[in-house]
Amino acid sequence: MEILSERDKEIIKALQEDFPLCEEPYKILAARVGISEEEFLQRVRKFVEEKKIRKMGAVLRHREVGFNANALCAWQVAPDKLDQTAQIMSNHAAVSHCYDRTPVPNWNYNLYTMIHAKTRDECEKFIGELSSLTGVTNYKILYTKKEWKKTGMKYFCE
Amino acid sequence: MTRLSTFDKALLNLLQGDIPICSHPFAEMARRLGTDEATVLARLRELKAAGFLRRIGTFFDSNRLGYHGTLIALKVEPSELCAVAEAVNKYPGATHNYEREGVYNLWFTLLTPSPEYEKNILAEIRSLRGVEDMIKLKANKKYKINVQFKLQ
Repeated sequence: MEILSERDKEIIKALQEDFPLCEEPYKILAARVGISEEEFLQRVRKFVEEKKIRKMGAVLRHREVGFNANALCAWQVAPDKLDQTAQIMSNHAAVSHCYDRTPVPNWNYNLYTMIHAKTRDECEKFIGELSSLTGVTNYKILYTKKEWKKTGMKYFCE
Repeated sequence: MTRLSTFDKALLNLLQGDIPICSHPFAEMARRLGTDEATVLARLRELKAAGFLRRIGTFFDSNRLGYHGTLIALKVEPSELCAVAEAVNKYPGATHNYEREGVYNLWFTLLTPSPEYEKNILAEIRSLRGVEDMIKLKANKKYKINVQFKLQ
């Protein structure tokens, strides 16, 4: 991996704060770094091109917009079916995150999906759909009881 | 609770996708929505104040910035859960921390710039009072990261 310059790190630190809701937000962020708006925009476009930036945009509070049943579902998938299964699950609209993870001896689940639904019934219906689409029958539904923290990462602040 | 109008939903759907990377991004969004910059900005400020937006900004690919992520599950004695959850929250790299139903009742993600850094944090957490077990689930491939809710 190439090393990020100090200036790049400063730009990332400016971008990871709340995006200013004003007419020229990038000009404000550029001023914090001490560079021109044009240079700042060029760097942002470059980060997008290099896929360092996944998206510029907003994340809604899903409970406020009506998603009340949210679960992490852990699946036990045969290793040779993992890729195919993950692709199928990722295509489901109710799945927001799908990661494969290295299992451990007392917790032998290797695929993880976050599922968002309006009710538990609906959540279980979606999980049933994923199970029948993929043929994976061994899984654990871990409903969210309480959100203790959900924030964006602050990079380069260690 | 504020009711979302058809315009609000169109605005939020657009905002969840891509903020344009140009000098006047909200003017560009307004053009797509058939309105003007001032209307878009005023409504976004209201929706933000009303709590609909968790975060507006830039989402990075942590791996491409040199960070790696692990999902940690803790089995915590119920009487200590609150204290342990708060202790976990203090680490900036613990970005998501949820109490869940099941034997492992506290689940959090930890982003760190090096394995040593991760090891030290996890040793501290493992030694907290009430933590009875810990499992570490290293992320391999990320198939989907897409927290978008299409509003209709």
